[in-house]
Amino acid sequence: MKTELSPRVKVALYGLMCVLLIPFVFPTWWMVTSSVKPISDIFAFPPDLWPRRFDWTTYGKVFELQPFAQQYWNSAYIAAVVTLGTMVFSSMAGYAFARIKFPGANLLFTIVLLGLLIPSEVTIVPLFQMFLKWGMINTHWPLILVPIFGAPSVFATFVMRQFFIALPGELEEAARVDGLGRFKIFWIIALPLAKPALGAVAIFTFLHSWNLYLEPIVFISARNMFTLPQALTQFTDAYGGAMWNIQMAAATMTALPVLAVFIIAQKQFVEGLAHTGLKG
Amino acid sequence: MTSQSRKRPFWTIERRDAVAGYAFIAPQLIGTLVFVLFPLALVFWYSLHEWNVLANSFNFVGDANYQQLLRDPSLPKVLTASAVFSAGLVVLNMSLALLLAILLDQKLRGMVIFRTLFFSPVVVSLVAWTIVWSFLLQNNGGINGFLQMFGVTGPNWLRNPETAMLSVIVVQVFKNVGLNMILFLAALQGVPKELYEAARVDGASPFKQFRRITVPMISPTILLTSIITIVGSLQVFAQIAVLTQGGPGVSTTVLVYYLYQQAFQFHFFGYGSTLSILLFLIVAVLTFAQWQLRKRIVFYEN
Repeated sequence: MKTELSPRVKVALYGLMCVLLIPFVFPTWWMVTSSVKPISDIFAFPPDLWPRRFDWTTYGKVFELQPFAQQYWNSAYIAAVVTLGTMVFSSMAGYAFARIKFPGANLLFTIVLLGLLIPSEVTIVPLFQMFLKWGMINTHWPLILVPIFGAPSVFATFVMRQFFIALPGELEEAARVDGLGRFKIFWIIALPLAKPALGAVAIFTFLHSWNLYLEPIVFISARNMFTLPQALTQFTDAYGGAMWNIQMAAATMTALPVLAVFIIAQKQFVEGLAHTGLKG
Repeated sequence: MTSQSRKRPFWTIERRDAVAGYAFIAPQLIGTLVFVLFPLALVFWYSLHEWNVLANSFNFVGDANYQQLLRDPSLPKVLTASAVFSAGLVVLNMSLALLLAILLDQKLRGMVIFRTLFFSPVVVSLVAWTIVWSFLLQNNGGINGFLQMFGVTGPNWLRNPETAMLSVIVVQVFKNVGLNMILFLAALQGVPKELYEAARVDGASPFKQFRRITVPMISPTILLTSIITIVGSLQVFAQIAVLTQGGPGVSTTVLVYYLYQQAFQFHFFGYGSTLSILLFLIVAVLTFAQWQLRKRIVFYEN
């Protein structure tokens, strides 16, 4: 499979890949270009790959129609808190399940793993009742607590455990002889070695929180508390029709920063995901 | 202090370790109990009740909600829609992911760029991605516009029962196929090259090499990704809510969307909980079946 390919085959492969790329790349292109088209050109025929006229006011209107800056901040800080919390709790639990011997460890690990079988879609009704009772409806608490402790964090714990199990024991033994306690061994020796796994966990967790949609629409109804996915669906006119160009401007502002970070750090991104506990 | 206790202090390394172990897992364990397992028990408890939020009544009705489940005329359609969505998604996603991984595994220049671009939708906000596709799939939208240029009149993709489901599946495949592609690519690169060389010496065709070497060697990854993809497909919600709202009719109303409608639009919390139990059972059975399968058919485990 790895022989040198003939030039003809190479051209054919490049051609095939360029065609296959269209549905992956074109939507993003269409989103960005449509965000600066005036509404009258939005359904123009034939379709314009490049705007024939530019209307930059769409970006200002995004902020007039919604408290978009506030919503952006909501999504960003929630994702940051969830990512950080998951990294802390899942690395601690993953480390303990992998490296520390304590009575009942297997049973407790099984109990935690059960969480993988129970996505929050299953428990959304009781979660709503619980948060209602605690006065947390229309706050961001459900969007923070459920992901930090639900199925995604269980998955993160599993990934971290798989990583720590593969770690050689000699390093810890040496630290132990030097008189370090468990927490210091974890913090100074094990955690710095776990950077690739932590990176993968961080990426997964961030994307999960950033994309959350069912939870926000169930738990939150006040506009200034909305997260971005919720806000994106709200750009409609008085008759409920979508204001496409403004919606595309909001979508562009939501998508491009993450996309830019990804393209800069794509190597770490992709390899981190491929080389962690996910490998099977 | 006796000499006995001086030799064996109470806080032995084992005891200290045990305390550290419990302390380390405590946040995750308590969190899982409070936010996952306790709600699961509650959802079962709710499913045994008739719960009218507006009338503020909460009455024990035994298996009445489960009886209703069996009689619900919409449920067979909902389950069919879920099955079609999941099956279509898994088949398309896995085959496209494998094809892309094989292409990216070739010795060609610039593969990192292709890899990055194929992967890029994974990091685009899910609702943003879905809204763009919704825009493209409008009757007078971009896709039909381009088709028109070639003299083809496209269907009203999202308003037509046959094409609505296809659209929802395809939008989701392009969004997430990059993830499986990366996992397949890592697996392909892990296959020892000597195996192919030996096969070539024996005169095996590329197709035979693929069937006899590649597929068995990457079978653990195929199984793992299929589990993740199927369980993920059962949770699809935002795409349905944005693209079709379950329509036209109930043609794209998958189980989670139906559950959301029953519980949070019609306020039938008891019946919604019963649907949650059904969803839980489906996820559990599928996961269990696939792990059993793993023991039987997977040729190679590391």
